[in-house]
This record gives sequence, structure tokens and C-alpha cells, in this order.
Amino acid sequence: MVEHRKFGNLLPHLVLWAGVLIVAFPVYLAFVASTQDNASIANGQMSLLPGGHFLETYTKTLFVGTSGTTREPVGTMLFNSMVMAMTIALGKIGISIISAYAIVYFRFPFRMTIFWLIFITLMLPVEVRIYPTYKIVADLNLLDSYAGLTLPLIASATATLLFRQFFMTVPDELLEASRIDGAGPFRFFWDTLLPLSRTNMAALFVILFILGWNQYLWPLLITTRDDMQTIQIGIRKMIVTSDALTEWPVVMATAVLAMLPPVAVVVLMQKLFVRGLVETEK
Amino acid sequence: MLKQAVFQSKLLPYLLVLPQLAVVLVFFYWPAGQAVIQSFLMQDAFGLSTVFVWFDNYRELLADPDYFAAILRTFAFSFAIALSSLSLALLLAVMADRPLRGSTFYRTLLIWPYAVAPPVVGVLWIFMLNPSLGVIAHGLRALGIDWNPLLDGHQAALLIILAAAWKQISYNFLFFLAGLQAIPASVIEAAAIDGARPMRRFWTIIFPLLSPTIFFLIVVNVVYAFFETFGIIDTMTRGGPAKATETLVYKVYSDGLLGGNLGSSAAQSVILMGIVIALTAFQFRFVERKVNY
Repeated sequence: MVEHRKFGNLLPHLVLWAGVLIVAFPVYLAFVASTQDNASIANGQMSLLPGGHFLETYTKTLFVGTSGTTREPVGTMLFNSMVMAMTIALGKIGISIISAYAIVYFRFPFRMTIFWLIFITLMLPVEVRIYPTYKIVADLNLLDSYAGLTLPLIASATATLLFRQFFMTVPDELLEASRIDGAGPFRFFWDTLLPLSRTNMAALFVILFILGWNQYLWPLLITTRDDMQTIQIGIRKMIVTSDALTEWPVVMATAVLAMLPPVAVVVLMQKLFVRGLVETEK
Repeated sequence: MLKQAVFQSKLLPYLLVLPQLAVVLVFFYWPAGQAVIQSFLMQDAFGLSTVFVWFDNYRELLADPDYFAAILRTFAFSFAIALSSLSLALLLAVMADRPLRGSTFYRTLLIWPYAVAPPVVGVLWIFMLNPSLGVIAHGLRALGIDWNPLLDGHQAALLIILAAAWKQISYNFLFFLAGLQAIPASVIEAAAIDGARPMRRFWTIIFPLLSPTIFFLIVVNVVYAFFETFGIIDTMTRGGPAKATETLVYKVYSDGLLGGNLGSSAAQSVILMGIVIALTAFQFRFVERKVNY
């Protein structure tokens, strides 16, 4: 900075450490709780240091489940969440990139109408159309299926806009050059446009994967079978209203497991994630 | 803006937009239309007949003190969540903007809550503040505060706001940091040479230059507080005690779930859609967009 400070950068370090502490404390506590036995937690005698029940709790969580209202092991839930997040992320990218391609690289009647039809869906979040959508999915016989979990969430106006913006910046000469080489629309898309969009797709994947993994209201409504529920739903069902019956170590182990995949994606792909976030502005 | 070089094909572009269009029509427009139609209908108590009632559902809703309270509550929550998470995130971003040793380390440790799902956030916070076994609740009790969010509506509301703001800090932090790094160092140095102290520099130069970011984040935070707090509320309080934490979105869910009043639930959805459209339009109108249409 500009002037000399008496204490150097002491204040920023202190403030940032306080911030890190605020952000990390709840998660540290969850991890600690997942390694202790239920009785000491239920008594309010929880220690702030990790206990010795790590393996026991996590094995039970992953493969057995609690004796509470949901009896499904968390392994199944993790699998369901993974299928849902991957399908939503890849599906959104797939259908968005081809529709953006059509809108940018072709002239056809109703082109702009279709663009606006997609664009306006930005304003219709699943929360506000929840019951009619539920009814439609029920009528289509898609309750308790992966298709029902993912299809209604798979359209993405943001991804379409992003790819459209990106295609606009691709120089026309590239298309002309590949035309001279005798490439048709498929060859051009596959050999030129896709490789150019690789980083955009990766950044988008990070955000969409997290979005899919963290879905809550939709799976809450349309899954009734325990073996179809995602980890986000399972965790709520584990909290029994009476404190004595909730197996807190298992709940906290589930919380830790539910956090791991999306947090790992963010931390490992930080650069891509930040760029994707700033580009999509959401 | 139009591409000069395009492909000529009659059928292909339609095939390419078909998947997206099909999903959008079936899962967005159809249900949204259904919600609008439903909001003008009223069912009798047995669900045997439906009558077209024009705006009766809306009129009833707006005359309902419960609904009015939910509107006020939702706005109060949004305000509290946005204010607390924005100010804390701004403070952290200003500190992290300096050339510090270990800045990547701090950044990594500060951004990951973005990836934590709202229900998980709810579970973490209810565990810390559970009146009988929570670590923080014990501390509060030791300080002589009668802490019981299961019975006290204000405390339950505070709990939701804390948890929701906690999750949003990382997102705001990222955008503030990006905004701060876009401010040219020379402007700040010039002010320093003129003798402006750090606080003065912050309020007269940095803060105004940051205002587009702040405005954008306010809109995003309000949308977040409206919709994404659902998972937090549902895991922590389920709208209780005595509806003290029932927001507009939660009310759509709980009114519809009880099944009693589909017409009212649909009217609520339509009003929410109106609010989202207004917020989005606002955002487009006032915030600098990189996207041009």
C-alpha cells in the first residue's frame, strides 16, 4: 500500500483470520461431532476435540443408515445425488450449447421468438411453479425416477446466453475457412467450436454441478421412496423432532459427506469456478 | 448483432433447439400457465367442482393478515441477510485486496461455503444452537441469555438470518474482491499523495467505484433470501414457531402441501413470479451488463 504502517499488515491478517474462523467453525464442529459418541453429545458434554469414533460412525453412515425416520444408508443417497448433479450439469451444457449454436449460426423463421422463449425462463425459478410442475411430472409418470428428478431442472437460460455470447466473439473467418475446407455444420461444430468452448464448458460445469448437487425443494416433493432420495433430503429426515432420538454423530457425518463433493469441486477448480461465476453473474 | 457467415439449412436449426424448447415448454411454460389459470379458480371443499372466480383468490390473499405478515417478514429477512453478509464480505474483501502473504490461502478458505447446500447449512447451525446440546447455546446460557429458538419466534428468525448470511458471505466476498481489483491503483495512490487517509480514501473513492458491484449484489442477495433460504428454513424451523419464520416461498409450499387451498397457493406463486420479474427487470435496467441484447 501507499503509506508505511506501524504494525504492517497485522490488522488485515487478524480480520481475515476472524473471517476464516467464522466460516470454518460450524464445519469443524460438525466433523468433531461425527467422531464422538451419541450419548456425550446428547448430554451436551461434547468435547471440542475429535473423538475416537471416526471409523465406526462413517461406516455406519455410509452402509447402514440411522434407525430414525430414514433407514436408507447414505451411500445410496450419495449415489442418487451424484446421478442427479451429473445429469443436470451435463444435460444443461448439452442442450444449451446446441440451441445456442442454432440461434447464432443459422437464420430461420421464429429464431428470435425461440431465443426469447428460452430467455424469459430466467424469471421462472422452480420455487414459483412448484405445484403445477409437480402435477405435470406426476401425469407423465415420472415420480421417483431419475428423469423426474432431473428433466424439469435441465433447461438453462443462463447457459444458453453464455454460449451465445461466446459464439458471437468467435471470428467469422473461422467459419469461412472451414467452409472452404468443405466442412458442414456438424464438422464445424465438432472440430472448431467445441474445442474453442472447452474452458467455458468446464467453468460452467463446476457451477452447474454444485447447483444440481444442492437441489432441495424439487427432490423433496417428487421423491417418496427412501431409496430414491438425495443426500440433501436424507439429512433433513434424520433430524427427529425429539432430541433424544436424533443420532447426531450420523447426522453430522452425513453433513460432512454432503459437503465434500461440491466443496472439492470448488477448491480444486477455483480459477475456473471464479471465472465462470463472474461471467454468468449468477 | 448478427453473424455475417451462417449456414443454410431448413430443418437442422429446429432439431438443434428442439430439446431445449421441449423442456422449456413442458416444464416452464405449461406449469406457469397452469399456475395462472389455477389462481383464477376456486374449488369447493370436497374438490368436486371448480368455479371461475376472477380475482377472488388474490383479493382474499391480500386481505389476509397472515399473508401480509409473510410479505413483511420476507422483506425484513432479505434486508437483514443482505446487510449483514454484504458488510462482512466487504470488510474481508478490502482486507484481502492488499498484497498480503498467504492471500491465496485466505481466499480458498473463504470461498468454499458457496458450495454448501442450504439444508446442510441449516443442519450445521441448528446443531450449534440447539438449546439442549448446542455448543453456542451453552455459551449463551452461561451468559444468562434465555436461548430457545424452538419457542421464541424472534430467536428463530435470528437463527435463520445468521445461517443464511453465513452461506452468502463467500459469494459476496468473491464479487467484492473482483470489483476491488478492477479499481486502478493509480487513482488510490493519487488520493494518498493528496493526503487522504485510508478511511477517507475508502469512502470517497473506493466505495463509489464499487457501487455497481454493490447494487448487483443487493439484487442477487435479495433473490437468494427470497428463494434459496427455503432449504435452511425447512431444516431449521419448518416455518415455526407459530409461523415466525414462514417466508413467501415457504408459505407457497406449506399451503399447497396441506392441500387445502390450491387456488390461493397458485395466486401466491403468480405474485412471486411478479416479484421475480420486477427484480430481474430492475437488475437489467440498472446494472451494467456485459450481455447486450
